[in-house]
Amino acid sequence: MSAPARWIALAGNPNTGKTTLFNALTGLRGKVSNYPGVTVDRRSGPLRGATTALTLVDIPGTYSLVARSAEEQLAIEQLLGRGADGQPPAAVVICADATQLARSLYLLLQCQELGLPCVVALTMSDAAGAAAPAPAALAEALGCEVVPVVARLGQGLPALVAAIERAAAMTPTPRWRWTPSPTLRAALDAVIAARPDGWPETEAAALWALQSVAEGDELVGVPASVRAAVAAALADDAAGRAVDDEATAGRWRWLDRVIGPLATAAPSASRTERVDRILLHRLGGLLAFVGVMFVMFMSLFAWADPAIGLVEEIFGRLGGALRDVMPPGVLADFLVDGVVAGVGSVIVFLPQLLLLFLLLGLLEDCGYLARVAYLMDRVMRTMNLHGRAFVPMLSGFACAVPAVAATRTMERRRDRILTMMVVPLMTCSARLPVYTLLIAALIPASATTQSLLMVGMYAFSTATALIAAWVLSRALPPLRAKRLPFVIELPPYRWPRLPDVLRMMWQKSSMFLREAGTVILACTVALWALLYFPRELPAGAPDFPALVAAAPTDEARADLEHAEAALRLEHSYGGQLGHAIEPAIEPLGFDWKIGIGIIGAFAAREVFVATMGVVYGVGGDIDEDDPSLRTRLAEERSADGSRAYTPLVALSLMIFFALACQCMSTLAVVRRETGGYRWPLFLFTYMTVLAYVVSLAVFQVGRLLGFG
Amino acid sequence: MATLLEAPRRRAVIVERVEGERAFRRRLLEMGLQPGTEVAVIRVAPLGDPLQLEVRGTRWSIRRAEAAQIFVRSA
Repeated sequence: MSAPARWIALAGNPNTGKTTLFNALTGLRGKVSNYPGVTVDRRSGPLRGATTALTLVDIPGTYSLVARSAEEQLAIEQLLGRGADGQPPAAVVICADATQLARSLYLLLQCQELGLPCVVALTMSDAAGAAAPAPAALAEALGCEVVPVVARLGQGLPALVAAIERAAAMTPTPRWRWTPSPTLRAALDAVIAARPDGWPETEAAALWALQSVAEGDELVGVPASVRAAVAAALADDAAGRAVDDEATAGRWRWLDRVIGPLATAAPSASRTERVDRILLHRLGGLLAFVGVMFVMFMSLFAWADPAIGLVEEIFGRLGGALRDVMPPGVLADFLVDGVVAGVGSVIVFLPQLLLLFLLLGLLEDCGYLARVAYLMDRVMRTMNLHGRAFVPMLSGFACAVPAVAATRTMERRRDRILTMMVVPLMTCSARLPVYTLLIAALIPASATTQSLLMVGMYAFSTATALIAAWVLSRALPPLRAKRLPFVIELPPYRWPRLPDVLRMMWQKSSMFLREAGTVILACTVALWALLYFPRELPAGAPDFPALVAAAPTDEARADLEHAEAALRLEHSYGGQLGHAIEPAIEPLGFDWKIGIGIIGAFAAREVFVATMGVVYGVGGDIDEDDPSLRTRLAEERSADGSRAYTPLVALSLMIFFALACQCMSTLAVVRRETGGYRWPLFLFTYMTVLAYVVSLAVFQVGRLLGFG
Repeated sequence: MATLLEAPRRRAVIVERVEGERAFRRRLLEMGLQPGTEVAVIRVAPLGDPLQLEVRGTRWSIRRAEAAQIFVRSA
């Protein structure tokens, strides 16, 4: 077994320019992955310009190492050497904002208590201007090197790398700026005495446990003996508070006394205040918010459309070209309808994903995203949702896939999962062709009423999503709303740094392609096979090849080919499944043909239209505006000669589509974001049950009332 | 002694003590909202909640219910 590679941690408060610094230190070779078990981006890359091989790992932005959740715990686990990298870092680079010096250095003090050799990278010193602290005086006070950097210009980087290498060669020595009281001393000793092998012996680790471990925390991997020792040492909540008071006050006293005089007055926040006066204004702030969200929504809903069309066009042509050069048969069908179409169904998400990550990156970088939570908290929290859930929910009107990916802007797992569980209820753009077809074909009403019905579907889905959030957050223990500390920083406004935003956009999108894309591709191929095999036509079927060869006109040939496709689909495994589920969906007003449509729609809801086209023998190359399919649906008769699809059936089906999780891509991306099958399985089950029950109620009550 | 909720807007007051749920309170203490520190309520969000604070040159947002747990005196 080779020794694990030595690594350097890059830690710092959020909004200190840490990402820019990371990018500058790793160049183009940094990569994003996930921390195991939790969906927090893990950025790592080789440290450029170092004389020895060192890996730089970006520790998720944090104000303190004390943790209550598994996400917050990542930082300490990494620094203690219990994380993904298997050993403590050789050194820690603290990214400290020169304009927020004392707060930035609070984290440094915690790292020094752990004994880790540190280097301070002083960012924003250009913004601090004349008020910038003198590095030499600061270095002497802190007992570690301090290097001013302007990462986007590359200034100070060689000096920083040299300082990192010097720090990495040092022996870890704990350094405390305050002395624990006898009471705390005894508690620390008790925790250290109780710790099992493998748990760090340091006082800092014991202090961490005393401050972090508590009833109801969400920490993972804390040994039972440590938990017991903490519970024994802290008789009640007041004892825990006393520890918090002592530790925070001890560090802040030192910071105020030693760093305070060095960090001359913080620069005036006048520019940010001027912008806030508008963007957080009682009326103007709300108007600006609506404007920003409108742009966001339009870009996903409308502006991404040409690119989506282009992707579909390219893959359509690719499939066509492939079919032209290949002999007809199973292999050609597999490659064209399974593989090429499957890859296309993954790539088709890219335009919206890139746009959403771009917009989110810009909003986050300029400081507005934090203000979204500030503005929307009042509304969202009534449904127990995080204020930041507003953006993913709005994005859900375009497509649940990028919307689920956008939940990463929330730090807490519980907030993310609750949002993911309700985002797929929003009326996504893939539902629109289904609604359009059903409304136009089956609901005899004026254009105005039809439009109102469409608006009604939007209102219905929004209300359902909000109610679902409220119900789920009460019913499910993992999603239960605890009294969460809502303390968010409203960072100074800044011009977004486009290179960083673009790089993040690309890294996140490519991670989606790698992780969710493969699942989506596999599902597309599986679904294709379900609706394609077996190839044998049933006994007594017409001899289609002969008939097609003898067809007098192109039109007759097309009709025959469509009839053959319809027969094949009906006898495919998927078609048989459609027949098999007919008894179950009959009470909802659906027949086996709709059953096949629902199965096919699992690939993507809009596929329902094409599947119905094949089922009805008008071919699959149609859209929702095609009159032939509309006519066929309207004219379809049941065995007793009555209309098969009444307006009530259409309504029931629309409600089914509104509520059911008919989208494997959504499930694939939820699986990726939650790191397991549990949540996507729950999502699928609860939405399908909900859809079934509500459609059943609508259809049966509607019939009792004499409709349909 | 009043709480931050009753503090005048845009005027610095001094923190006396911080109460409330342990994790919330610890977060505030870690951010430097220590007894004796100056804090000012800058504004209230358009929908009436949360509040925007300024502590040590940084702007934070906390909810009304939590601001009612921060006891202050005039500077």
